[in-house]
Amino acid sequence: MATIPTTASEIAAAVASGALTAREVLEAHLARIEEREADIHAFNLVTADAARAQADAIDADIAAGRPVGPLAGVPIAIKDNMCTHGIETTCSSKILEGWKPPYDATVVTRLRAAGAVMVGKTNLDEFAMGSSTENSAFGTTRNPLDTSRVPGGSSGGSAAAVAAGFSPVSLGSDTGGSIRQPAALCGVVGVKPTYGLVSRYGLVAYASSLDQIGPFATTVSDAALITEVIAGHDVMDSTSIPQEAPSLVGAVSEGVAGMRIGRVVDLPGGAEPEVSARLDAAFAALAAAGATIVDVTLPSLGYALTAYYLIAPAEASSNLARFDGVRYGLRVNAVDTNAMYGATRAAGFGDEVKRRIMLGTYALSAGYYDAYYGKALKVRRLIAQDFDKAYESVDTILMPTSPLVAFKFGEKADDPMSMYLCDIYTIPTNLAGHPAMSIPFGTGAHGLPVGIQVLAPALGEVAMFRVGGALEAAAGGAQ
Amino acid sequence: MSDSPLSSIVATPEQMLPGGWEMVVGLEVHVELATATKLFSGSPNRFGDEPNINIDPVTLGLPGALPVLNKKAVELAMRIGLALNCRIQKCIFHRKNYFYPDQPKAYQISQYDLPLNADGHLELPSGVVIGVERAHLEEDTGKSTHVGGATGRIHGSDYSLMDFNRAGVPLVEIVSRPDMRTSEQAREYVSELRSILEAIGASDAKMEEGSMRCDANVSVHKPGTPFGTRCEIKNVNSIRALGRAIDYEARRQIDIIDSGGVIRQETRHWDDAEGRTHTLRTKEDADDYRYFPEPDLVTVDPSQEWIEEVRAALPPLPAARRAMLHELTGYDARSEAVVVAVERGQHEYVKAVIDAGGDPVKALIYVTQAFAEAGASPAVPAADIAALTILERDNKLSATQAKTVLAEIVANGGGDAAAIAAAKGFEAMDTSAVEAMVDEAIAADPDAWAKYCAGEEKAAGAIVGRIMKASKGKADGKVVSAIMQSRRG
Repeated sequence: MATIPTTASEIAAAVASGALTAREVLEAHLARIEEREADIHAFNLVTADAARAQADAIDADIAAGRPVGPLAGVPIAIKDNMCTHGIETTCSSKILEGWKPPYDATVVTRLRAAGAVMVGKTNLDEFAMGSSTENSAFGTTRNPLDTSRVPGGSSGGSAAAVAAGFSPVSLGSDTGGSIRQPAALCGVVGVKPTYGLVSRYGLVAYASSLDQIGPFATTVSDAALITEVIAGHDVMDSTSIPQEAPSLVGAVSEGVAGMRIGRVVDLPGGAEPEVSARLDAAFAALAAAGATIVDVTLPSLGYALTAYYLIAPAEASSNLARFDGVRYGLRVNAVDTNAMYGATRAAGFGDEVKRRIMLGTYALSAGYYDAYYGKALKVRRLIAQDFDKAYESVDTILMPTSPLVAFKFGEKADDPMSMYLCDIYTIPTNLAGHPAMSIPFGTGAHGLPVGIQVLAPALGEVAMFRVGGALEAAAGGAQ
Repeated sequence: MSDSPLSSIVATPEQMLPGGWEMVVGLEVHVELATATKLFSGSPNRFGDEPNINIDPVTLGLPGALPVLNKKAVELAMRIGLALNCRIQKCIFHRKNYFYPDQPKAYQISQYDLPLNADGHLELPSGVVIGVERAHLEEDTGKSTHVGGATGRIHGSDYSLMDFNRAGVPLVEIVSRPDMRTSEQAREYVSELRSILEAIGASDAKMEEGSMRCDANVSVHKPGTPFGTRCEIKNVNSIRALGRAIDYEARRQIDIIDSGGVIRQETRHWDDAEGRTHTLRTKEDADDYRYFPEPDLVTVDPSQEWIEEVRAALPPLPAARRAMLHELTGYDARSEAVVVAVERGQHEYVKAVIDAGGDPVKALIYVTQAFAEAGASPAVPAADIAALTILERDNKLSATQAKTVLAEIVANGGGDAAAIAAAKGFEAMDTSAVEAMVDEAIAADPDAWAKYCAGEEKAAGAIVGRIMKASKGKADGKVVSAIMQSRRG
């Protein structure tokens, strides 16, 4: 058997040309899953049979000379909060255990149409609430680079799947950093596109105004390729931006000559010194590649975390109200309907989900709305204004993805506040609705990967991928 | 209801309740819009189907499903706003959060502080003007059927069946200002609103099918003092029940205050069979709906162009239709015949009869009398009715004979009035023959005639009855009456 390439673009090219069959590619990945999944637990469900059927269908198309999509035969793992027709979708919650959606999320439909082969549904912090994947009702996922450590979260399963080579690419969702932070901790590329660029139809909502689907990949170019496939207007999502998917793959190798890169002078502290050192190295690399480094100020950034932990739980308290035991998922019977709701939700949700539902319910309550939710919305506008002002003088901004490298299991699980601080650099982009991506850029403490984050204004994906490509090239040279 | 302590709208002396009390009524009317599909999904909006047929991931609130606003629903809601003289404004949707089994997402997508239509008014046929605070868009719930238990309500039932066909059906909630001072005005308001909704094609507005539902806010106070504490009355399923419920509720509140009690703000349930209201829930256990802007939808900002387009396409409203019938017949626009004809949507048919050469007044009267159940377009050629009105006008038929012929035309879905009259042997008697019959009748019943001459109008009945019997209905009642009057002097 021929060697299986590691990137999605090479696999797609090999399958399309007939150099490899989709089935061969798939079996090689299933073998890796077989070998290491017991250790890593990236998946809630491996869909080997469905994947084989899909791969065989693609091979049949190629054999018959029918046209195939840009991801023909590319194995992909899907975060288990995206609906897959007839395939269990749990959000790593007992309340949805066993639920099989009667429809596909738009991103799943688009990936299938492009020829991607879904290998399984990946583990996450329950309902995407967490930064370590320790909040899953179905067990934690381990970081493939050091199995005593977390993969980050909430899309920890999708990050680990790519880092372990179970699939060259995967999909995650990012509400406050849930793609970028695990990408950083697992040493892979992770992209959160502009809010509205990728349809949310079929993504089980955590915080609707912040949620956005995006890819994990081993290369910036693969991340661009997957973004191109899943982006673009969808009539099923009213918040979807009414324009076609942008061309991004080409931008990756364009270089950064003449670009202006922002350095945030008033960046909130807390990053490990090794992380800060890698950020300095990233600026130096971009300057060496012809970019100009410009100091910018984002004075409201310090309030982002607080605003996020009002807005996201408020929306979540409403979004998760539908899990009431009436129509699907878990039902715990009780004496009357109200008692049934209580018993079902008490048994079905984990602690972190309950904590956020309570926080959000409180923040929206009569008499508290203005002081909490209302004020958080004002902070959100301030942050967006800060960014708008900064982007008058720069094309992109660089900051760390995570203040820390991958931490040990249990290290933060009992202290929600220190866990929430993991997202201090990722949350502002979600509040602003902007795109951002994390690029592995060398290592920090314990030889663990450090991710550098590239931020761009709304629909600034081209600039973001140019900088991402340059950082990747520089990191390759440095390592 | 408005917080303004003193209202400029005060009941007339006849409208006051005993003891110097004035009732204050505001109405919240929900109407289902006549769209082909639901407010946020492509499932059919259809009444009466087998349960749980018109559903989809959005309707059921399945995880990951997202709402997409139905443009036609916005257009119909704008029609309502324009017909009610509202300002159409840039608006957003909010989530109204509460748990109930027939509410699939555990929140209703509704409008809160920025409704589509605001600050309108409705002029009733009687001339009273009722303020309309807002008319906003929202989605309907599913329908619960509680099985077992005595009350048919969720408490005490053995199990409940859910039908989500209605979930997500577009509704407009029309909230009046507390401007009504009698139950009659409330009934008139709902009746006029229904005519408007039908006229503009926004809703079929059938209270019995639930496509129009009405909640009444009722309070009592003495004029010149702040409004009293209000109670909201639910489960009012007909215009008649609305009047009864409001009258009952005002009486109940006055009785409580008169006996030294205070009114609690609460929601009350109208029991039509018992003819009374009882407590559903008090303000203390009212839900906190935790309204917040719906993040899955975007701002709706109808362009001035679109608004004008919708306005231009509005058909004539009931008030204009009543004015048309007034023009054609000379009948007062507020008269019962005109109001009824327009309520039934039969104004065009009346006009068609007149256009076919019919006598205008007789056309209006015949149509309102003969076609109570026929709907807007009776299945009888207008020309046939027109021909009949002419026969009567020209005294070729008596009123009684004409009525008989009309009944036959209606029963047969049409017919030649002259031929039917001839077949029945109808011909109008000439006046001299009638005069002779009057004389005979007077001679036969001198007592009745004496009473009639003494001013007892009822006594005429005995004389007229004799004449009609003798003439086998051929004598024209009006002619008889005129002869009798001239004989009496």
